[in-house]
Amino acid sequence: MSTSEIDRQWTTRLRKRTFGKLPPEKMLPDTQPSYVSSWIYVFGVATISSIVVVIGTGCVLAIFGPQWWHTSPEGRFVNSLHLWSVEIFFFSMVIHLWGKYFMAAWRGGRALTWITGMVLFLCSIVTALTGYVSQSNFDSQWISTQAKDAINGSGGGAFFNLLNGGQMLMWHIVLMPLILVLLVGVHVVLVRIKGVVPPFEENAGADQ
Amino acid sequence: MGSFLFGALINLNHPDHYFQWHFLGISAANAIVIVLMVATFVAALLLPFPGRRRRKENQ
Repeated sequence: MSTSEIDRQWTTRLRKRTFGKLPPEKMLPDTQPSYVSSWIYVFGVATISSIVVVIGTGCVLAIFGPQWWHTSPEGRFVNSLHLWSVEIFFFSMVIHLWGKYFMAAWRGGRALTWITGMVLFLCSIVTALTGYVSQSNFDSQWISTQAKDAINGSGGGAFFNLLNGGQMLMWHIVLMPLILVLLVGVHVVLVRIKGVVPPFEENAGADQ
Repeated sequence: MGSFLFGALINLNHPDHYFQWHFLGISAANAIVIVLMVATFVAALLLPFPGRRRRKENQ
């Protein structure tokens, strides 16, 4: 096979493009600028760490099922771990979001990083709502009947029905986690490609 | 036994408390979480990050 034929292969082109934009030393850097030493980024990492716990405990709940998580002490413990890791997830994510908002973190061609973060936040709310209505108890019945009017009023009812327990469970354990994990991956890769946004004074004149 | 130990710290087995101001209403639990988030955000901005000065000196 000639060199020009090899260069035309999609695998060759994809590899060159991927490693051109994101070489290994950029993907997993040894050092970071001093302004990355900030608590705001700790909350970004805490968000990712808590989503790992959310997915792990969710897998355990999926294995044993609703009777287990409602009645047995072990099930209720894992159910509580699932709930509280979601609480930490949202808590950390909101602080990270506030920090990035006041840093105007979309500067310097980082708009897509900001947009993926915002879409992640909105998708997380949908994931949490579908989780609330998938508990299979009176709480989930109450929430679904109360929330359906808002969803139907917004037009979202054309696509999904909060009273459809099976649909909501599938959204919660398959569709939404897939979207969230994909978006988290894209968000982190974009941060690595573009780098962390510098402070205002170090970026004067190059804000747009 | 375990649920007794953890459940005894705060009794959550009652209807929620609500703060009402004109047409605005918020549960005490949600208000506490929002206050905690704002306090943590301010602390994250003001508290020095461990090792930051050392890293700056090395650069």
